[in-house]
Amino acid sequence: MTEPELALLVLAGPFGAALLLGCCPPLRRAGRVAAVVSLAGVGVALVAALRLVSWLWLAGAQALAQGGGPTREVAVTLPWLLQAGPAPLATVGVYVDPLAAAMAALVALVAGLVQLYSLGYLADEPPAALGRYYLYQSLFAFAMLGLVFAPNFLQLFVFWELVGLCSYLLIGFYYQRPAAARAAVKAFWVTKLGDVGFLLGIVLLWGATGTFEFDTLFRAVGSGTVPVNLALYMALIYLGAVGKSAQFPLHVWLPDAMEGPTPVSALIHAATMVTAGVFLVARAYPLFAAVPTILGVIVWVGAFTAFLAATLAVGQRDIKRVLAYSTVSQLGYMMAALGAGTLGAGVLHLLLHGFFKALLFLAAGAVIHAVHTNDMWAMGRLARAMPKTALVFVVGTLALAGVPPFSGFVSKEAILAGVWEAGLRGPFVLLAATVFLTAFYMFRAVFATFFGRRTAGGHPHDPPAVMMSPLWLLAMLSVAGVALGGAVLGQTFPEYLGGARGAALPHGPGWLTPVSVGLALAGLVLAWLVYQREAVSADALVRALGPLPAWAAQGYGLDALYTALYRGAVLALGRLVGWIDRYLVDGVVNVASAATLRAGAELRRLQTGRAQDYLYGVTAGLLLILVFWRLWA
Amino acid sequence: MLQAYLLLAAAMFAIGLFGVLTRRNAVGILLGLELMLNAVNINLVAFARFGAGVGGWVLTLFTIAITVTEVAVGLAIVIVIFRVRRTVDADHLHLLRG
Repeated sequence: MTEPELALLVLAGPFGAALLLGCCPPLRRAGRVAAVVSLAGVGVALVAALRLVSWLWLAGAQALAQGGGPTREVAVTLPWLLQAGPAPLATVGVYVDPLAAAMAALVALVAGLVQLYSLGYLADEPPAALGRYYLYQSLFAFAMLGLVFAPNFLQLFVFWELVGLCSYLLIGFYYQRPAAARAAVKAFWVTKLGDVGFLLGIVLLWGATGTFEFDTLFRAVGSGTVPVNLALYMALIYLGAVGKSAQFPLHVWLPDAMEGPTPVSALIHAATMVTAGVFLVARAYPLFAAVPTILGVIVWVGAFTAFLAATLAVGQRDIKRVLAYSTVSQLGYMMAALGAGTLGAGVLHLLLHGFFKALLFLAAGAVIHAVHTNDMWAMGRLARAMPKTALVFVVGTLALAGVPPFSGFVSKEAILAGVWEAGLRGPFVLLAATVFLTAFYMFRAVFATFFGRRTAGGHPHDPPAVMMSPLWLLAMLSVAGVALGGAVLGQTFPEYLGGARGAALPHGPGWLTPVSVGLALAGLVLAWLVYQREAVSADALVRALGPLPAWAAQGYGLDALYTALYRGAVLALGRLVGWIDRYLVDGVVNVASAATLRAGAELRRLQTGRAQDYLYGVTAGLLLILVFWRLWA
Repeated sequence: MLQAYLLLAAAMFAIGLFGVLTRRNAVGILLGLELMLNAVNINLVAFARFGAGVGGWVLTLFTIAITVTEVAVGLAIVIVIFRVRRTVDADHLHLLRG
């Protein structure tokens, strides 16, 4: 099998499952059978994706050892929209390169584990709801993989919208709950706001270059032919990434998206879909690299998002919302890395974050499943009742906080180093402060949930094996991921991504590692003092910060602002449209109908019913015709 | 000479039309129609006599035959109307009024 065939096989698995479940309602309503179909589909995708990534890795290592770095992009496309001229207007197909392969492996792996975990988590759902859930899951896996392998902007956009749809459907899985339905609509709306820009950017770029194809565009930029307004186009395309990857100021939908089932949050709103924006920037990186202004915007927005979301995460009581803000924050890291020019660090953080954040969400799901609440202040000392869950959650937390032997350390360190080496002092300070905040809010969650002085009610216990095994695997990956910091099987991660020989993750100055690890440990210790030993009063901390915590609890008022803007704009528009409809459109219609009625009432008098009157009319008409004919002819 | 025939025919047609338009009795209207048709016949015969050939005569024979049947049908309708409505006054037959 060639690489494109493998990629098609990756797509075929979930697509087949989604088609089967979508077109065969009895199968879907069977619940667990539907789950098996969906798992089989994603299993095929996982095997093919792992084969693909290992193949590309080994081939890359071999090429490096022989002293050459051949380009490893393969695009296979079929014409889709035809036009006059040699090339079709748009194509469909697969574009296989190391980035797509790595991302596909992440998506297939996390999707598979989440689907397995959901068997336990959603065991109490009625069969029909379970079948619906697995239909959406399969559709999502297909859409996300299609996005990853898209060979052009147009196909990428189609799948981009499809994952947005799946996100909407899965956030609103408990659609009987008004909050879930509202959150689904909000997520849809806010991401659409970015997508408008994305679509506009794609079309404008097409207008300037005449193509949607990535390889054509990359070749054009590589040979130095840059469209005049490329900065504008890329800014618009970046807007799509801002919406999808929950960057400031469009991050408000992600915390609300936690209304969906926890496995959905783990898959879509932590590991895969929200990273689509980061993937987009990475995918179109040659184009972004041609406009340094936009890269500057990306790095500042990313760093600011990381810091802002971290401050918001500190004040949350809902364990899932802590993780959601943490995801926003980590997405900011990834974006900042891409903006600073360290593609390898950003993509590596994307992959490793996918593992440990999925782990954290799934572990949080196990806790929620056991204690039936999201409120961390209603939990406590769960480490005794749920030791395995506590262990994997702590592993995930250490990875997220960037403590050395865990995977997050490698990528976070590389991002900080990359931002420092790019000379971006402001973003560096923001990101470094975020390291401290990340450790603080995550260990706050750990101490409040698993340790501390309260004891949760009920009889919580570790989840069954079907839920526990994905957690173990993800925990192992969260530790093993640290290996990607150096050379694995003959090449480093940046070399794999297509960098030159000897490309490595940035290391930064010597003081960087002690400082960042020190900041993380400081956050840990502060959380321990406040929430475990209670040596420092949390209330005193809140008072010391003045009005800031209250403000943060409201999301810095952004939600209220958007609601007011949205309401104001929509109401004003509604009033205007209503006035036009009532007085202009209805007016024309009313006048037309009144005139017709009036004319009819007048004209009916002509119809006397007497044959001789009609004959008079005929005679008079004939005479008139004769007279006019005589006069003019 | 043709002009004289045509003037006669025109006069007959006008008289017939006047009758159709002004008579209120259905039988009178039918009489008017007969006059108009015969004015046409005179025209046809006159044109045939003054050069148009045999076609005019043939057509006239047809017209006469058709006129006979038309009168037969028309009178039958008038009789049926009289039976139903007890009148043949055209002013009172206005079922089609809007």
